[in-house]
Amino acid sequence: MTRRAGRRTRPRSRDARKLMRAAFFVPAVFLLVLLVVYPVAQTVYLSFFSRSGQFAGLDNYGAVLSDRDTIDLSDTRLPYGTLIHNAIWISIHLPLSLFTGLFLALTLQKVRGAAIVKSMIFLGMVTPLVVGGIILRFLFDERSGIVPVGLGLLGVHSLAIQWTAFPATLLFGLILGSVWLWTGFSMIVYSAGVTTIPRDYFEAALIDGASSWRTFRKITWPLLRPITLVVVTMTLLWELKLFDIVIAAADPGGGVSGAADVLALQMFRYGFVNIPRQYNEAAVVATLLTFLTLVIAGSLFRRILLGAPKKKRRFHLVGGLRRMLHI
Amino acid sequence: MRLPRLRIGRLLRVQPRTIAFHVVAWGIGILWLIPFIGVLMSSIRPLNEILSGWWNLSPFNPSFADFLTAWSNPQFPMSEGLKNTFIIAIPGTLIPMFVATLAAYGFARFSFRTRDYIFLTIVLLMTIPQQMVAIPVFLTMVRVGLVDSFLSVILVHSAWGIPWILLFMRNFFQTLPIEVEEAARVDGASDFRIFSRIVLPMALPALAAVGVLQFMWVWNDYFFARIFLLSPGNTVATQRVVNLAFGQYSANWSLLSAATLLTLSVPVLIYSLLQRYYIRGMIGWTIKG
Repeated sequence: MTRRAGRRTRPRSRDARKLMRAAFFVPAVFLLVLLVVYPVAQTVYLSFFSRSGQFAGLDNYGAVLSDRDTIDLSDTRLPYGTLIHNAIWISIHLPLSLFTGLFLALTLQKVRGAAIVKSMIFLGMVTPLVVGGIILRFLFDERSGIVPVGLGLLGVHSLAIQWTAFPATLLFGLILGSVWLWTGFSMIVYSAGVTTIPRDYFEAALIDGASSWRTFRKITWPLLRPITLVVVTMTLLWELKLFDIVIAAADPGGGVSGAADVLALQMFRYGFVNIPRQYNEAAVVATLLTFLTLVIAGSLFRRILLGAPKKKRRFHLVGGLRRMLHI
Repeated sequence: MRLPRLRIGRLLRVQPRTIAFHVVAWGIGILWLIPFIGVLMSSIRPLNEILSGWWNLSPFNPSFADFLTAWSNPQFPMSEGLKNTFIIAIPGTLIPMFVATLAAYGFARFSFRTRDYIFLTIVLLMTIPQQMVAIPVFLTMVRVGLVDSFLSVILVHSAWGIPWILLFMRNFFQTLPIEVEEAARVDGASDFRIFSRIVLPMALPALAAVGVLQFMWVWNDYFFARIFLLSPGNTVATQRVVNLAFGQYSANWSLLSAATLLTLSVPVLIYSLLQRYYIRGMIGWTIKG
């Protein structure tokens, strides 16, 4: 008792308390500034200077954007350049993985053994992506890969080939493979999201005799919109940062004639493979990539902060999401 | 009389669809599993059996020879790679957990003028690609002589893990009742004491979720390892799988499958044991705290 009382009366100055509170932030801020914030600033800086250290304005950006590595529309055949490849990747991978995941999340609600099926699909998310890339190589191997051999048995002889050895099959094979690896993400997030919709809504729809497609269109899909927003954003960020799959399934050059080259890989090649090192060009690619990710992430954060841009807010989940994120 | 008939009618109408749901869902699940089955089948069979397809089951002579070769081949032994990955992943998980949790508590409980701006900036850092810091950090590591050391990768992963752990833990702390802490404060406990004695014990489930996810990310990383770990003896498991796949074993699918499974085994094991925490970490990181 006396000890406690003694403690309580011990004066603690406000400054000492402030110092202690600041100490909570010091290690995190120190590491972040040293290894993230300062390097980011330095990369931006590098992107505006020539190799000899002269200020170059936007010259590096012009050089990179007009390079065939980045955009190559000189003919209709692959490669089209990293920027276009990332865009192609997004246009195929985003809808496929999103809707497959949504479909599974909704279907698995009514399926026995759903937990097992979920684990089977989620395995791809647990797999290191370089390992995923190597499995894709195996999958598309002409002799021992199940995809080309299986397609050959089905009579599709034009695809019974070494997929990684031809530009089109390489790029689309890797895109399909990345759908295989990433679908678990949208499935899990949607599965969690579906449980936030009140059951009464579905019961009311059932009593009204709404078809299941109508229930989906009018209830599930609109109420899942905030979840969709998160899935779309995270998937876009993942697609922009693609690196491991390509380097493992193809090579640092983006595979045969660079058909699967992507932005992150291009940066790696400029900064860590090419001799002499092209740090300034690499910095440009990294800065462009970061710009794209910040635009996408920023729009998500703005939506979360300010709510849906439409005047008519049809559902309360945006507010709910904001509350969930505590922003 | 009408009611039972209607019920039967509904049952009959629903049943085919329920069956279809089961067939489709399980079908997709099995389809998704096939590549892994292929890897498993190839790893336990000699190369000559799987060259014409691992799905041909005759002859079928299971052996673990390829695991042994992958484990201890002279060129890129996976045993050493897995050991290196562990040496990096354990501090690479614990350091950011500690550092970010401390700061997260500060963001959740202390108020100061620029708090929300700093917090949002840190959250935005979460989305930046690794490529954005690679060159300056690499040059710094060269200058201070840390390149090709485990410490360099541990430090980079530590910093890299902070933003998302901070977001996750701050959201968690905000769900904790503040009354207990206030009572302790009235009793004269210092902020740090409250944090370590009262808050941390309550945060153990959240810390488990964070730890599982961060460990997996460090384990699965390839980019930072590839940049900083240069000499063959220092390379981690993911690097070695890639090196094997590009070296003299590039067409040896049974050996590559075995190496692949060795690298996969730890994440899969952690996921199957700590699935609840993993999913919570994942969902919390994307949706709710």
